[in-house]
Amino acid sequence: MNKLKVAWYWCASCGGCEESFVDLSEELVEFFESADLVFCPVATDFKKEDVERLPDASVDVALINGGIRLSEHEEMVKLLRRKSKIVVAYGTCSSWGGIPGLSNLYNKEEILRAKYLDPPSINNPTHAVPAERTRLTKLGANLELPAFLDSLLPLNAVIDVDYYIPGCPPTPEVFKNALKALISEKLPPKGSIIGASDKSLCDECPLNSTKPEKILLKELKRPHETIADAKKCLLTQGLLCLGPVTRGGCGALCIKAAMQCTGCFGPLDGIADYGGKAISFIGTIMDYSPAEEEELERAYSKIKDWVGVVYKYTLPASKLGGRVRREKTKRQEEAEIDE
Amino acid sequence: MNREWTPRIVAFVCNWCTYAAADLAGTSRMQQPDSVRIVRLMCSGRADPQFVLEAIANGADGVIVAGCHPPSDCHYQEGNYRAFRRFMLLRRVLESMGVEKERFRLEWISASEARKWVEVVRSMTEDLKRLGPLRRDEEGIKVE
Ligand code: SF4
Ligand code: SF4
Ligand code: SF4
Repeated sequence: MNKLKVAWYWCASCGGCEESFVDLSEELVEFFESADLVFCPVATDFKKEDVERLPDASVDVALINGGIRLSEHEEMVKLLRRKSKIVVAYGTCSSWGGIPGLSNLYNKEEILRAKYLDPPSINNPTHAVPAERTRLTKLGANLELPAFLDSLLPLNAVIDVDYYIPGCPPTPEVFKNALKALISEKLPPKGSIIGASDKSLCDECPLNSTKPEKILLKELKRPHETIADAKKCLLTQGLLCLGPVTRGGCGALCIKAAMQCTGCFGPLDGIADYGGKAISFIGTIMDYSPAEEEELERAYSKIKDWVGVVYKYTLPASKLGGRVRREKTKRQEEAEIDE
Repeated sequence: MNREWTPRIVAFVCNWCTYAAADLAGTSRMQQPDSVRIVRLMCSGRADPQFVLEAIANGADGVIVAGCHPPSDCHYQEGNYRAFRRFMLLRRVLESMGVEKERFRLEWISASEARKWVEVVRSMTEDLKRLGPLRRDEEGIKVE
């Protein structure tokens, strides 16, 4: 049997997705019996040129994790698209933008300022901010860096994507299921989410039997405000569990640790905007009538960052994509440092 | 570019109350700005926040969701309650995403309140004219 040629590339990533690959542990042996890694910068010393040398469509599966944040990511995924038969968005960042996608509430200038100029923990006397070309005058050298893009994009905003593996990060179980689907005789339809469940997390939650038919809440609690009873549906305890609108497949990991689901497996099929759906769901459980506007406002203001709750993992893939009117800023092309 | 800019408002209205009011405003030939595109739903409880987001993403400068007066006018009993709780939250989220609060309105307008409908459309149109287009020149969304 011919071994599957697999490429793995990371874009704007936290390292969790790569870690989840290692979490296959003993089954990594099995993985390497059926697959060869032809490109994997996190583990092996391959360069871009090595990928360029490969014939087009010679890689069977490219797994790509992390969001698209730099021009380098854009270039590399376009190259990998050309070289691969199947491209899979691995993990939530790659599929919908993930947590780093919340940076789309700010424009590029605001982000660079917050990271390089304003933080009290940074000593930056030359006010250096990464630029595409920096002239280091004393050394007489040039430093080149990839461009920082205007916003963080999910993979399918840049290239055609065949499949999606959800999770922040995907669990080893989900990854194994997805691999099975990828090597099966009959591939799932293009655009499918693979490895996870078609049902909601609530469906597979071990606490589901304790969840009443109808839930009405007067108050939302933040996790630090309460010690949750791990044997009772968390939503009934006032913790805003998004299990009912989130895809299952993780095995209810957070719930088992008495932590509400924050939605990392993303939307179920047929949901166009996860945050919109989450808002719709929250509207059905709040116990206030239109005569109690002030009281409802007070209940909602308990949570300070609603965008961070309903779009924690999916802002770049949402209808609005982030803050509306993030003025485009100039590319930071040239800089000079005299040090 | 001499013509005065007219904002585009998308209104999701319920069949039983607000649609009837808008219809009455039309048949009674009340003067109103031509800024509104009406989407008729069976109930304000059917107005999914995703519809509002979709409208904004496709170039609406403002969105209205309107239904029957609470507590007891709703044809489906509690559709307007759900609309109320959903859209109070959506308004917060929209504001954090840079959509000014004047651009979204939740209103209760009964079948006989044609005048109120016209007033809502007129004052919202004024507000939006003051604010200007929601999207200016971002890729994908062109505002003429
Ligand atoms: S999906 Fe989660 S684990 Fe994977 S790179 Fe993004 S933040 Fe990290
Ligand atoms: S804890 Fe969350 S996922 Fe579990 S039954 Fe309750 S709402 Fe559903
Ligand atoms: S419970 Fe929710 S947030 Fe936690 S791993 Fe599962 S899908 Fe992700």
